[in-house]
Amino acid sequence: MVSVAAGQTREQRVWAALAEIPDPEIPAISLVELGVIGDVRVDDAGRLARIQLLPTFIGCPAIDVMRRQITERLTELEVAVRVEVEVSFATPWTSERISPSGRERLRLSGFAPPVMTDIQDLDELAVLPVAECPFCGSRSTTLDNPFGPTLCRAIYHCTSCRQPFEQFKRI
Amino acid sequence: MSLETEAGSRAAVAELLLSVADDEFVIGFWDSEWTGIAPMLEEDVATSSIAQDEIGHARALYELLATLTDDDADRIAFGRDSAAYRHAALLEHARGDWAFSVARRWLYETADAVRLSALARSRWEPLANLASKMRREETYHRMHADAWLRRLADGPRDVRARLAGSLVRLWPDAQEVFAPLAGEEELVRHGVLPDPMAALHATWQAEVRANLAPIVGGLAPAQPSVDGRERRTDDFRWLHGQFTLVARSEVGATW
Repeated sequence: MVSVAAGQTREQRVWAALAEIPDPEIPAISLVELGVIGDVRVDDAGRLARIQLLPTFIGCPAIDVMRRQITERLTELEVAVRVEVEVSFATPWTSERISPSGRERLRLSGFAPPVMTDIQDLDELAVLPVAECPFCGSRSTTLDNPFGPTLCRAIYHCTSCRQPFEQFKRI
Repeated sequence: MSLETEAGSRAAVAELLLSVADDEFVIGFWDSEWTGIAPMLEEDVATSSIAQDEIGHARALYELLATLTDDDADRIAFGRDSAAYRHAALLEHARGDWAFSVARRWLYETADAVRLSALARSRWEPLANLASKMRREETYHRMHADAWLRRLADGPRDVRARLAGSLVRLWPDAQEVFAPLAGEEELVRHGVLPDPMAALHATWQAEVRANLAPIVGGLAPAQPSVDGRERRTDDFRWLHGQFTLVARSEVGATW
């Protein structure tokens, strides 16, 4: 039998646990802050916990690691007898899903957060915006490469403090 | 929709998924051959990243196919004989020189964009969802291909000649991205494929003819052919040998 702590629903406990799992590629930010958790459902009897995982990029090699981390953490938590992680594209992950605290953590660890705009038009996505240097805050930056060391990053250069930096790509 | 239960429709959808997945898978492998030897360091990073995207798209499509046919995505990707792949003739050629790779990628990206904009409107939701997500990523690929096409087209005479020669050589095979599928009527009737391949082909051709005219002048009339996805050559048999090497060395291994 799986028990529930007083005052907290099973789903709230799951969200709290997921908020402690770091992103495998940028450990400064959690899976919840990154916005890759779409939906959390746990039935009242605690038989099944279903977690919807929204990949940042379809080919992201960290998906399997995330899936394993979630399953392990929730199994430990004993919130449900069975844990199911479903990779879903029903809600596409976009860079707007990164939370305000997630954006701040990215900046503190040397990544420029993606420029905030709600992009519906794909042609608009193709116009690469100016990035803000995470080290000195300057917007006097140039794009070196829209592709970076992982699928979700672009490489910029700051002409003020002369540092190269990476931006979490707008998608 | 009766798609999951009707064997005939299921076979038609499987054929569609396999054609798109194999296209992405094979171009991903050709592009990954540039890793380490691209013309400059930044391009090394870009080509590798694009290749990784394409193979990721193929994986998601193979997984969707596997749920439909009760198969295994890795088995579909690596367990088939080379003759069973269904990528378009455009993707059959070895990578060639840089101008050839740029020409092929540009032709493929423009065709893929037309196809994806249709698939994003599919009435089969899992496919529409995946195609919508793919379109966002492909926008970056298209931008990259456009930039290289312009750069080579504005280059010195030898570079322009190599680019134009590659475009002309690949032009007939590029049509085959829109080769008719055996179950196409069924797909269109169910709205899985919102427009017939012939309509998508016409849209694509009008767009690329206009864009390529300043580089190559007029291009010969060209249409997709019935066997446009069935022509396997030594180029692909070699690539197939490469990308199945690890899977074949220890069949059924997991890690």
